[in-house]
Amino acid sequence: MNTTVQKHLTLENVHVNYQTRSGNVQAVRGVTLDLLAGESLALIGESGSGKTTLGLSIVKLLVDTATVEPGRITYRREDQEIDVLALRGNQLREFRWRDCAMVFQSALNAFNPVLRVWEQALDTAQSHGWHDRQAVRERFLELLRYVQLDPNRVINAYPHELSGGMRQRTLLALSLLLEPTILILDEPTTALDILTQRTIIDLLRQIKNEKNITMIFISHDLAIAAELANRVATMYAGRVVELGGVEDIFYRPRHPYTMGLIRAVPTVLGGFEELFSIPGSPPDLINLPSGCPFHPRCSFATSKCQIEEPPLIQITPSQAAACWHWQDVEIELQNKPLRVRK
Amino acid sequence: MAPILELKNINKYFGSSKERVTAVNSLELRIEQGEIVCLVGESGCGKSTTGRMVVGLLPPSDGQILFEGQDIAQMNRADYQAYRRAVQIIHQDPYASLNPTQPIQQMLTTPLLRHKKASTQRSAEKRAAELLEIVDLTPVSDFMNKYPHQLSGGQRQRVSVARALTVEPKFIVADEAVSMVDVSIRVSLLNMLARLKSEFDVTFLFITHDLALAKYFAWNGRIVVMYLGRIVEEGPTQRVITDPRHPYTQALLAAVPEADPDLARRKKQIELRSAEIPSLLNLPAGCTFHPRCPYAVPGQCDRLVPALDAIAEGGSVACPIRKYESIELLAA
Repeated sequence: MNTTVQKHLTLENVHVNYQTRSGNVQAVRGVTLDLLAGESLALIGESGSGKTTLGLSIVKLLVDTATVEPGRITYRREDQEIDVLALRGNQLREFRWRDCAMVFQSALNAFNPVLRVWEQALDTAQSHGWHDRQAVRERFLELLRYVQLDPNRVINAYPHELSGGMRQRTLLALSLLLEPTILILDEPTTALDILTQRTIIDLLRQIKNEKNITMIFISHDLAIAAELANRVATMYAGRVVELGGVEDIFYRPRHPYTMGLIRAVPTVLGGFEELFSIPGSPPDLINLPSGCPFHPRCSFATSKCQIEEPPLIQITPSQAAACWHWQDVEIELQNKPLRVRK
Repeated sequence: MAPILELKNINKYFGSSKERVTAVNSLELRIEQGEIVCLVGESGCGKSTTGRMVVGLLPPSDGQILFEGQDIAQMNRADYQAYRRAVQIIHQDPYASLNPTQPIQQMLTTPLLRHKKASTQRSAEKRAAELLEIVDLTPVSDFMNKYPHQLSGGQRQRVSVARALTVEPKFIVADEAVSMVDVSIRVSLLNMLARLKSEFDVTFLFITHDLALAKYFAWNGRIVVMYLGRIVEEGPTQRVITDPRHPYTQALLAAVPEADPDLARRKKQIELRSAEIPSLLNLPAGCTFHPRCPYAVPGQCDRLVPALDAIAEGGSVACPIRKYESIELLAA
């Protein structure tokens, strides 16, 4: 392992709770994670796993009913260490977009519908202290071209005049305007058609390879992780339950939930596959099951799992899983491998 | 024997004559009793419109829909009602398709009594319990008195299926029926639907944009690919997935992101000439795929609408240029 790899962003024991009328929703429960400079990390999990909440907490965009307590998020800008959760006002504004930009799930909702694309770009630049209109315009035109749009047409368009794929590209161009070092993408291709989805995936791969940007992909779609990530974190009930290299996760998962997800998802060109679903339903985040929250759905669960929640156990230098029975998962996979290659 | 369902030269237009959208164009489709047919394509290809016409929720603008050999537009009242009962639809959104003010039991007993599948409240309740058992909502007593808001998306979708089963359908149209359900439970829903086919001989028209799901669900059935209102290719699933011939099918299969890093890396790219899908208000002449097609032949593809021609390997392809050409979608 390369020990000189810079830790760009560090999450330590981050908890996020939402206060609701029916109780306290524990959306994120103690996530500790290092984001390395230049890597692309996928956060995968189903609805309610806490992945979007975790993304929002990094850019401090959580709603008012959410509290981050306890927890610490540290961002490193050159030699400086920044306590993200303590940022306020101008410093926060500078951190968002400049250091860390977020591209939201629905590209249409991310735009102001009554502003032309150019006005939104200018607004973004100006609110971050960049007032040279001409320079902003040139830079933005260049970025629109980079994302393979017709710059002169798009820059004067209103969001509704663009197709879904064009809006997603425009949003990517906008997110690159201030040259952030970290880009968080929440379900970047979810509502798009297949061919459009492919062009966005290829564009994201190009951005990843050409620009020195660290990326976090948040998705329920395992394919996004397989296509774009170097590392994958599986989330369940607000925790990272497995973390590993993309090949570790897809071919050698050690958490029963990760294994279950992979066994539940068909490929297109992988030939005939026998698929299995995970029994039961995702947990109630107000009333979590005792011990490991996955135990009611887990075929490996023992009485220990009902009592004690496992920590992330380091299995290899690149992989960790929060499961008391990860060795049983390993044995199970030896008998019944995943994704047998032909 | 006549196929269970036959669509003959169906067109469906929306809008006024000034701004007319052709959602479905010259569609021909025969579905045999007991088949599983997957209708796939991107948004706007006409797959959902087709599904809605099949169940009688939308009338076609022209053409005929035959159910068990009988034109549904010519049926007498009794036959039409029997057809409407025999063909049921499961909608995409289980949050919108169930009445929020009705407990599950009532949702099932009402149609059972209305359609005389049960004669008394007690026998209707007994049948409702059996139906919940069939869709794996067990123990049944946990679900009978619940309201939709007390159920998860997957459970609601099972209730939709149970509700469709009250009238003992012969044919089920499932329109993106598992798209809104979490991945971990999708497969059990699909397996439950597949069981209906084997246990009750239900014929399926499964509509989806997800090719991986289509492959899984219809592995022993048929895939029909639509593009801008027309069928461009159809055939046995295993042939269409492993040896697609229409350039659009090839482009789709090459484009789908794969949930497997090795496959994702090995997939070959197919460059289209244009990334944007043409507007349905202003469709290209000739083959509607020609402005994007890497193999388009000027003077031919932009003039003639290609016919669906049978190929020896199974099914048919609407591309005279490429129908005999196989391509490799994966690098070794």
